[in-house]
Amino acid sequence: MTSLLVIIVLVLLAVALWQLTKIFDLTQVGAQSNDSQVADDKDNNLQGYLMFAFLGFIYILTIYSLLKWGHLVLHTPASAHGSLVDNLMNITWVLIFTVQTITQALLHYFAFKYRGRKEQKALYFADNNRLEFIWSVIPAIVLAGLILYGLYAWTNIMFVEDDEDTVVVEIYAQQFKWTARYAGDDDVLGKANVRYIDGVNSLGVDMGDKYAQDDKVVTELHLPKGKKVHFKIRSQDVLHSAYMPHFRAQMNCVPGMVTEFAFEPIYTTQEMRDMTFMQEKVANINAIRAKKSTELVAKGEPALDPYTFDYLLLCNKICGSSHYNMQMKIVVDTPAEYKKWLASKPTIVEEVKASAAADAPADAPAKPADTSKMATAVAAK
Amino acid sequence: MSAEAHDHAHDHAHDHDHEHHHKDTFITKYIFSIDHKMISKQYLITGIIMGIIGVGMSMLFRMQLAWPEESFKIFNFLLGDKFAPNGVMTNDIYLALVTIHGTIMVFFVLTAALSGTFSNLLIPLQIGARDMASGFLNMVSYWLFFTSSCIMVSSLFVESGPASAGWTIYPPLSALPQAIGGSGTGMTLWLVSMAVFIASSLLGSLNYVVTVINLRTKGMSMTRLPLTVWAFFITAVIGIVSFPVLLSAALLLIMDRSFGTSFFLSDIYIAGEVLHYQGGSPVLFEHLFWFLGHPEVYIVILPAMGLVSEIMATNSRKPIFGYRAMIMSILAIAFLSTIVWGHHMFMSGMNPFLGSVFTFTTLLIAIPSAVKAFNWITTLWKGNLQMNPAMLYSIGFVSTFITGGLTGIILGDSTLDINVHDTYFVVAHFHLVMGISALYGMFAGIYHWYPKMFGRMLNKNLGFVHFWVTTVCAYGVFFPMHFIGLAGLPRRYYTNTNFPLFDDLQNVNVLMTTFALVGGAFQLVFLYNFFVSIFYGKRAVQNPWRSTTLEWTAPIKHIHGNWEGEIPHVHRWPYDYSKPGHEEDFVPQNVPMMPGEEELHH
Repeated sequence: MTSLLVIIVLVLLAVALWQLTKIFDLTQVGAQSNDSQVADDKDNNLQGYLMFAFLGFIYILTIYSLLKWGHLVLHTPASAHGSLVDNLMNITWVLIFTVQTITQALLHYFAFKYRGRKEQKALYFADNNRLEFIWSVIPAIVLAGLILYGLYAWTNIMFVEDDEDTVVVEIYAQQFKWTARYAGDDDVLGKANVRYIDGVNSLGVDMGDKYAQDDKVVTELHLPKGKKVHFKIRSQDVLHSAYMPHFRAQMNCVPGMVTEFAFEPIYTTQEMRDMTFMQEKVANINAIRAKKSTELVAKGEPALDPYTFDYLLLCNKICGSSHYNMQMKIVVDTPAEYKKWLASKPTIVEEVKASAAADAPADAPAKPADTSKMATAVAAK
Repeated sequence: MSAEAHDHAHDHAHDHDHEHHHKDTFITKYIFSIDHKMISKQYLITGIIMGIIGVGMSMLFRMQLAWPEESFKIFNFLLGDKFAPNGVMTNDIYLALVTIHGTIMVFFVLTAALSGTFSNLLIPLQIGARDMASGFLNMVSYWLFFTSSCIMVSSLFVESGPASAGWTIYPPLSALPQAIGGSGTGMTLWLVSMAVFIASSLLGSLNYVVTVINLRTKGMSMTRLPLTVWAFFITAVIGIVSFPVLLSAALLLIMDRSFGTSFFLSDIYIAGEVLHYQGGSPVLFEHLFWFLGHPEVYIVILPAMGLVSEIMATNSRKPIFGYRAMIMSILAIAFLSTIVWGHHMFMSGMNPFLGSVFTFTTLLIAIPSAVKAFNWITTLWKGNLQMNPAMLYSIGFVSTFITGGLTGIILGDSTLDINVHDTYFVVAHFHLVMGISALYGMFAGIYHWYPKMFGRMLNKNLGFVHFWVTTVCAYGVFFPMHFIGLAGLPRRYYTNTNFPLFDDLQNVNVLMTTFALVGGAFQLVFLYNFFVSIFYGKRAVQNPWRSTTLEWTAPIKHIHGNWEGEIPHVHRWPYDYSKPGHEEDFVPQNVPMMPGEEELHH
């Protein structure tokens, strides 16, 4: 089937090519046969018109894309700083579309208007200081405005004051999954290093650290609405990037260092699901999935699950073969729900104890200490 | 046979008697040639072959993106049973294809083939020199490039697969074979290939710089150089400044990989064990990489800008508008390009204050770029445009450069970069502004200087077809791509089907792939035209485009030393098109000023 399609496409391409060449050949008929392969007035004329038509193509493509795909673009941001980002983005877009519309029009219109003719003589116009001054200064002023706004927003978003009241959460990346650790009541994360990784303590938390005693490790990220969350981000193996598009948030996860990002969620998952734009989007996606499901079922494969919206944490830095499927669900709760959820989770200390208790009767050999591992690693190198 | 020998001998009679290019065997003429014109052709043809591989790869992974995990016979045929069992592309080879596509297109096609071809061809011919300052180094430079191409291509055939950590090869992924299969032998070959490539690039660049500074003919002052030569000259300078930094990054990475050092690695737990690395930082690698990586995009685009400026002036029959402003903006771009690398790293975890600095410098670079775009548009104004295929590609270049460049304002702004960083928005941006634009520059150059290279003309109608299909398809692929990027779709995902969130982007992907396949297939028109015209093209006249620069004063037949007899002297700048007071609408640079004639430009 596919090979047939490929053949058909190739044949059609060949036909299209032949026709196009023919058209250009036909434009040559009647002219004194010019085979110098240098464009003559006929070529200039036709290509000039095509340039003008191409301007139309660019405009139509732009309008079509905006109408057809405009709704795909990320909508209402779910974080407090998100509107600042989106606002700057929209200002920039207005600027970009204005400049694009004007410059493309000039470029292609001039290409059409001044297409070569035998009797035409070009204007000897080598420079003009005033013009050049104008179009150096205007971009400079406009960009200065954008830079100032951008830097203002950037500083607001990226710098977290120490005395701010935040929830501290660690995001921990590894091939190919995410884990989160909550700082607990003391709001300070216990020390951690990959050298402490052992069994259930998969994040390498230092069990001896007093700040680690109330830390909780979970695989689904819950955030309280209306409270700033301060993420401390680690990776145990390669670079990853914690990307939370709905919150306009992203930060790389770098092995050997702790990176940071902070934002305040402003809509719970439920509130986001209830928004009109989101309901339309989800309905659209479900229609697509339903259609795909019928095809799958016809082939004897299981149907797709219907989609409900959830915030997501995605990996956005190439991290290995399963990079394309490294995700964690994020749930934004009301503060009360959040408290309840967190209370229901065991601390890491409890988990380690429970695991040790379960292992003890079986007398499972404990993992060898890190130092010996290091030795083997060196030897392996 | 060196160029200096002729210049300093002052014995031009000897140039006539052909004594000095006797006994050119096949090997000295076509293989180990030290003639810059032959070397330029070698660069071009090697580059075209690498381009076929690079573009072919992109068509394969575009198919995977449009029809994820579907079976295609061609996958199985090209990738084999291991990487495409039953014709379904595996995730490992997908990443490998993306990686090698990027590497080949950026380094082997747009750096080496574009700059290598035209710097070699045009620098000596346009400045009035008999050859490069050192023909031997020039030959070595090409053969190192050829060697590195062979190593890179051979890495496709190693068992664990070619490098697949992305063309930016960020460690630890690229350093640890446990992390991804391609980081074994494949990555070793990648690094060796790039080290050789850098040596080639440095030898070439040094040669270009020395040639431009020392071997200009009488009268050819720096402000009478064609903009092409200015662009190649500054490109070579940027290359000399930044490529060694990549070499150091590559060497340190080799040390980390093979000798157990910890420059870029620290605190790693992988495959069930803790590795010994301690104290290194992957962010350091990112700094080193992008210290080359960003100037690299200007290394790619500046030669294209130079070619386009020259071709536009010739075909508009008008002087390039703002010659000095064009030079100033090349210089400004070159300077700024070395202090903006951090905009690739806003999200890398470096201090956000650095992000502010790099936002500032990055948006500054928009100013000289804008000046150039306006100057090109003004060059068209009131011209007498000769719509040769090279001219179409030049206009196309300005169009995609503007479209792609404008979205740079978004990516260069750290605040906005938070959410579009590493999404398809970035892919759309850089493909338009440097990928497609530089390719257009290269095509423009090939259509324009083909008569100079091969003594024959390319078929113009095939050229028109090639241009229009390519240009429509290029927009068809990369314009919609902005939207899926703004929807938050990360790049380098093998398939998006694990995210129901992205299901509504699938039809856009199918559309883009369709354009990509059609556009890719139509490059066959170019290849056909190129290779057939070498043998059967219409024979060219000496100056088919009625151009002013010196290369068109040299005879069609290639000879060592470029000009029989004396080297032409230069009496005017290179853009005297349609100058009032002259019969013809162009006055070549070697024509003396008429009595009472004034310079009309500043």
